[in-house]
Amino acid sequence: MTLITSPFAALGRTVLGFLAMIGRVAIFAGQAIGHIVRPPFYPREFLSALINVGYFSLPVVGLTAIFTGGALALQIYSGGQRFSAEAVVPQIVAIGMVRELGPVLVGLMIAARVTSSIAAEIATMKVTEQIDALVTLSTHPMKYLTAPRVLAAILVVPALVGIGDVIGIMGGYIVGTNQLGFAPGAYITNTWNFLEASDLISSLIKGAAFGFIAAVMGCYHGMNSGRGAQGVGRATKTSVEAAAVLILAANFLLTNFFFAT
Amino acid sequence: MIELNNVHKAFGSKRVLDGIDLTINRGESMVIIGGSGTGKSVLLKCVLGLMTQDSGTITLDGEDTSKVDRDAFLARFGMLFQGGALFDSLPVWQNVAFRLLRGSLKRPRDEAREIAVEKLRRVGLTPDVADLFPSELSGGMQKRVGLARAIAAEPEIIFFDEPTTGLDPIMSGVINDLIREIVVEMGATAMTITHDMSSVRVIADKIAMLHDGRIQWTGPVSEMDASGDPYVTQFISGSAEGPIEAVR
Repeated sequence: MTLITSPFAALGRTVLGFLAMIGRVAIFAGQAIGHIVRPPFYPREFLSALINVGYFSLPVVGLTAIFTGGALALQIYSGGQRFSAEAVVPQIVAIGMVRELGPVLVGLMIAARVTSSIAAEIATMKVTEQIDALVTLSTHPMKYLTAPRVLAAILVVPALVGIGDVIGIMGGYIVGTNQLGFAPGAYITNTWNFLEASDLISSLIKGAAFGFIAAVMGCYHGMNSGRGAQGVGRATKTSVEAAAVLILAANFLLTNFFFAT
Repeated sequence: MIELNNVHKAFGSKRVLDGIDLTINRGESMVIIGGSGTGKSVLLKCVLGLMTQDSGTITLDGEDTSKVDRDAFLARFGMLFQGGALFDSLPVWQNVAFRLLRGSLKRPRDEAREIAVEKLRRVGLTPDVADLFPSELSGGMQKRVGLARAIAAEPEIIFFDEPTTGLDPIMSGVINDLIREIVVEMGATAMTITHDMSSVRVIADKIAMLHDGRIQWTGPVSEMDASGDPYVTQFISGSAEGPIEAVR
């Protein structure tokens, strides 16, 4: 009998553990928001997080976007040729980058670069008793470590997404005008005329949501890391995996919300 | 006065603190000794509220520490952590002046820096150390910076967690002397946890021997050698023979 029931028991334990973790993450995210809006505030930590999350992510975001935009232009041109629709390259590059690839790629790059660094930093602080030291110095770790990073990510990732969108379109423009024979003026006019405000707004909202997810995952897994180097490594790995999956899931939900009707 | 009454703490089935009763009088330097893994750090963390005891009460000047205003409570404490626990991202002076740069004890930046440099001088470090980062310091220097941070806001109570762990005998002696001087000079209440007997003899007014989750013996340091308690005697002699099992 035990042989029959034990797989179900194991499955049950896994499901319960997963649900409990969702609950813990949700409570943590709620607390993070609460600490963002309640004093005391730490402007220096916020500015530092803003520079780390935003400014230092610019190279990776820019490079990712320009290559993706260029590749997208080539793919659309090649695919479009099959039904004589090569002319739509500027429009599809624009809509593809702004609505989908810009936010998702920037989100994933932020998960790789920022989530991992936040998780590793906070986890190291935990194992070296720096978090305990913060408490003994009358400083709430959620307020000092989590709130500035989450707020910075919510504010700066949409800006990165906007920049990624523009650079991605530029990548398509460079390939389109230099390799595929599009006229520069016509390419820009087609791009500009085709995009709508709602495309850009959805892109920026996705950026804010992805920034929130990336920062919360980094902070949560850092704060709850295990002991020693292995604990730090596991926290870092898990945070990036969780952030990437949640960003893709949130992207589906947001796309459904904005464009399903 | 810090009083612990029947304090219990367990992690799963492992009982770490099993009915601790201990009193530390104002201005007294209490050193808690015991082997590795006997719950000394857990005891200290319970007093500070970094961990919550399963049962029993801890009071500070008669007030239950679980019911007091946390900020006001922690403002009375300074703490030297075993590994220093300095913030890597901040220069030394900002580590020392951390409490003075934010919160209820906030001072102007220049004044906080002046105090930090003065505290660094007090622990034997020159002002040029102030702008270095913790990673640029040796272990002994990090301990001194940690000590400077613990005393920066002139707390009434200072906790020292294994203050000489990882230091050579000379640096250990320097840190022990500094701790004793500072505690006497400030008139602070001190609670130190250590298994270094040279620290005990320099720092302690009283000692408490922790083993099996209980205080096995407590008394003045002057009576320690003649205590007659088998746990204390074995611990002082460092012998493998006695009630404390060598393999734990």
